[in-house]
Amino acid sequence: MKTRDLAYVALFAAITAVLGLVPAIQVGPVPITAQTLGVMLAGSVLGARRGFLALLLFLVLVAVGLPLLASGSGGLSVFAGPSGGYLYSWPIGAFVVGLITELSWSRYNLGWALLANVVGGIVVVYAIGIPFLALYGDIPLAAAFTGSFAFLPGDAVKAVVASLVAVQVRRAYPVIERPRRAAASQ
Amino acid sequence: MTLALYVPTGSPVHRAPAGAKLLTLVAVSVVVFAVPTLPVVGGVLAAVVLVGLGVARLPPALLGRQVRAVLWWLVALAIVTGVVGGVAGAALVVLRLLALVLAAAVVTATTRVTELVAVVEWLCSPLRVFGVRPARIGLLIAMTLRFIPLVAERAERIREAQAARGGTVRGIRAWTTTAVPLLVQVLQMAHTTAEALDARGADDDAPPARPPSRGRR
Repeated sequence: MKTRDLAYVALFAAITAVLGLVPAIQVGPVPITAQTLGVMLAGSVLGARRGFLALLLFLVLVAVGLPLLASGSGGLSVFAGPSGGYLYSWPIGAFVVGLITELSWSRYNLGWALLANVVGGIVVVYAIGIPFLALYGDIPLAAAFTGSFAFLPGDAVKAVVASLVAVQVRRAYPVIERPRRAAASQ
Repeated sequence: MTLALYVPTGSPVHRAPAGAKLLTLVAVSVVVFAVPTLPVVGGVLAAVVLVGLGVARLPPALLGRQVRAVLWWLVALAIVTGVVGGVAGAALVVLRLLALVLAAAVVTATTRVTELVAVVEWLCSPLRVFGVRPARIGLLIAMTLRFIPLVAERAERIREAQAARGGTVRGIRAWTTTAVPLLVQVLQMAHTTAEALDARGADDDAPPARPPSRGRR
């Protein structure tokens, strides 16, 4: 890891924190926040490894007691709560977004961006968050699944925004550079 | 800016090592899931409240705030589990959630951020094998805390500039027209920060190179 990579990792942890300042829409127990946009953008702009580390760093900062989550909450309680699974999924989601982005980098366009952000930023997040909630609350998986459909419209909008932004940032300031070969040469 | 959730009272809980407190938290979460009976989970919750209010002398309002934060969850889970497992099942889930959330809140309120960062560095030390340097975590955290106000400030400035040009776009377009220039700006800023750090010797794996000898006599 070069210092530049560390700075990019810190930057996207910070961006995810700033996205928490965007007012959240409260839907039942879980707020719809802009913060999963941070998951998508970190993966789309930085790639798998650095995107993963950026979200991991963000969660470490939350865990040590900084109130960086959308509702101004933080500390270890949020990881012990029923929605903790969604938080745990963020670094993995960013990794998957980054992986698909890197693999499609030479022919990256809006279609690939949407695929990466939907799979990594929505499917992976739900695939970890929903079973966690079901196990935690002792409720049937189907009930937990139905409950999380409230988030689908918001997440779809975020995936579109992240993809439009990612395609333009790639043109203006590409951070991923021929990822596979660059990784091998280091 | 009150960025930390730490509440100093100087109690024995505050003085206990951070690692021990985190380990206790892990033990609590294992017990309430491994032994899902009302007396055990209720007993754990009572012990947590006793330690938090009695021993650590935390303000009751602090724990109350934590309960309020998960109130919606309590209601939703109680209804769903109540339908499936009856009153006993609902009570178990509610007590378990309260025990976990309050135990975590007690640890957070009684442990300084710096102590928890030290534990994180210690936990990361096995990652040395993969080329991760735990000492870099302090640098990462410092950079992130510096970048948060910078990113917020740049975003505000871009919005102001766009408003000054009379642009009032709404919806998805509003997001992208702000986000793209913002990301390009802050990526450049991060790059400059990294160069500045490198110039001061942050990038060296080995100890920094010997300073040039011509300045010396």
